[in-house]
Amino acid sequence: MGDTSRSQNSLVVVRNLSFSRGDNKIFTDISMDFERGKITAIMGPSGTGKTTLLKLIGGQLQPAQGTITVDSNNVHRLRRSELFNLRKRIGMLFQSGALLTDMNVFDNVAFPLREHTQLPESMIRSIVLMKLQAVGLRGARYLMPNELSGGMARRVALARAIALDPMMIMYDEPFTGQDPISKGILVHLIKSLNVTLGLTTIIVSHDVHETSAIADYIYVVSDGKVIGEGTPSDIKHSSSEWVQQFMDGSADGPVHFHYPARDLQDDLMSSGKRY
Amino acid sequence: MMAFIQTLGRNTRSSFTKLGRASFFLLHVLTGVIDLLPRPRLLINQLYSVGVLSFLIITISGLFVGMVLGLQGYYILSDFGAEETLGVMVAASLVRELGPVVSALLFAGRAGSALTAEIGLMKATEQLSGMEMMAVDPIKRIISPRFLAGLISMPLLAGLFSAIGILGGQIVGSGLLGVDDGAYWSQMHAKIDFYDDIVNGVIKSLVFGFVTTWIALFEGYDTIPTSEGVSRATTRTVVNSAFSILALDFILTALMFGDD
Repeated sequence: MGDTSRSQNSLVVVRNLSFSRGDNKIFTDISMDFERGKITAIMGPSGTGKTTLLKLIGGQLQPAQGTITVDSNNVHRLRRSELFNLRKRIGMLFQSGALLTDMNVFDNVAFPLREHTQLPESMIRSIVLMKLQAVGLRGARYLMPNELSGGMARRVALARAIALDPMMIMYDEPFTGQDPISKGILVHLIKSLNVTLGLTTIIVSHDVHETSAIADYIYVVSDGKVIGEGTPSDIKHSSSEWVQQFMDGSADGPVHFHYPARDLQDDLMSSGKRY
Repeated sequence: MMAFIQTLGRNTRSSFTKLGRASFFLLHVLTGVIDLLPRPRLLINQLYSVGVLSFLIITISGLFVGMVLGLQGYYILSDFGAEETLGVMVAASLVRELGPVVSALLFAGRAGSALTAEIGLMKATEQLSGMEMMAVDPIKRIISPRFLAGLISMPLLAGLFSAIGILGGQIVGSGLLGVDDGAYWSQMHAKIDFYDDIVNGVIKSLVFGFVTTWIALFEGYDTIPTSEGVSRATTRTVVNSAFSILALDFILTALMFGDD
């Protein structure tokens, strides 16, 4: 999948990837390309393994089949130290923010710098303040993570993710559970970081409006397969009923409202035994 | 019947798999301990939260255990007119057994459960995963300092427990019940052996510290990342630590004091 011009300029290439958890197949034979300097979104309903895909790209999980290459490195063939070196160039924003709760905002952003560089404290301070300025939270540097709102925590995590000036950044459901103002701020931040730093961006999300407003290319995933791909306008005018249902948020369609069950009348008249 | 055998087999297998995972985990933790040398600050912070914060409970418990020993010992020994040997009895009981064992049980309840809950919640809130994605090994950065801190704290706390307990015995024995103060200390001085009693006690507490901290950290790291998972893991830490401490105490005692 993906035409040749896209795959030639790709930073991340996923080929024929399959992954399962126990008997539960999460992905079957999917291929994707994530272009350099562009925002690529992976959309789909909850529970389709979108977060799992980010963990596969980051090398935290092993695929059953297929390959993932990041900047020409086959992620799952790398030795541990090589994988760690690659991860230094990848920023990831977790859904919860994943801030270290025993450190304040400043120390959280300084954490990767202190772990991976030998920079003097004065320089670390300047870098941290610049990153916090970029997300608008320079004034919140002495707050502890439990004193932050959800949106602020994600912005701090974003500042931390860009602390080492990565080549790409992955966002896991950045808009979930955010109020409209925080959503607006995050949309703006993701776009501006992508443009000003030239960051290759991967967003995993089910927020249709926010994501299609900034994405350059969208993959729609369901039941472990890519069921639609293209630019936001391609997706909007997709002929697939399924994609239409997802983009419009209709309650019933190819994805049924009801979880599979036996006939209602049979069920009501039965003895109540589990079947 | 078939189902029973199946369950038995499944449980046995999963126990052994868990033991295997725990062993690999321990190996990884131990390699991380070497990396701590250039960063003593990480260890010092943990020594504070694992060791120093356990200070109060150990001191108070030690005092009361010592006082009870003084009381009970006096009643029994005075029947034989041997109350002058109270000091020996109190000191030997504490240094050989009660010091290492009771302080390890308290340590598992105070510090072990806290470690499991902390690590488990860090896992549940994706902090460990986040660290991995920042190319920081969470076992080396988070677990190893805590492990070493537990290993260092345990013998010190057990020593403190015994010392305070001996004072408690003295308060009751010679302060309240009239045992001769000089006899209390000189008998103890004459009969307690440095290697047989004190060194063996220290070895016991080192072993208990090692096992308790290992269990606590592994249960936290291996927890199912939900509220229920963390609560179960915390319970398992306390229960498994208690069992291990008592069983190991029996084995160590048999090995150390068997020839006397």
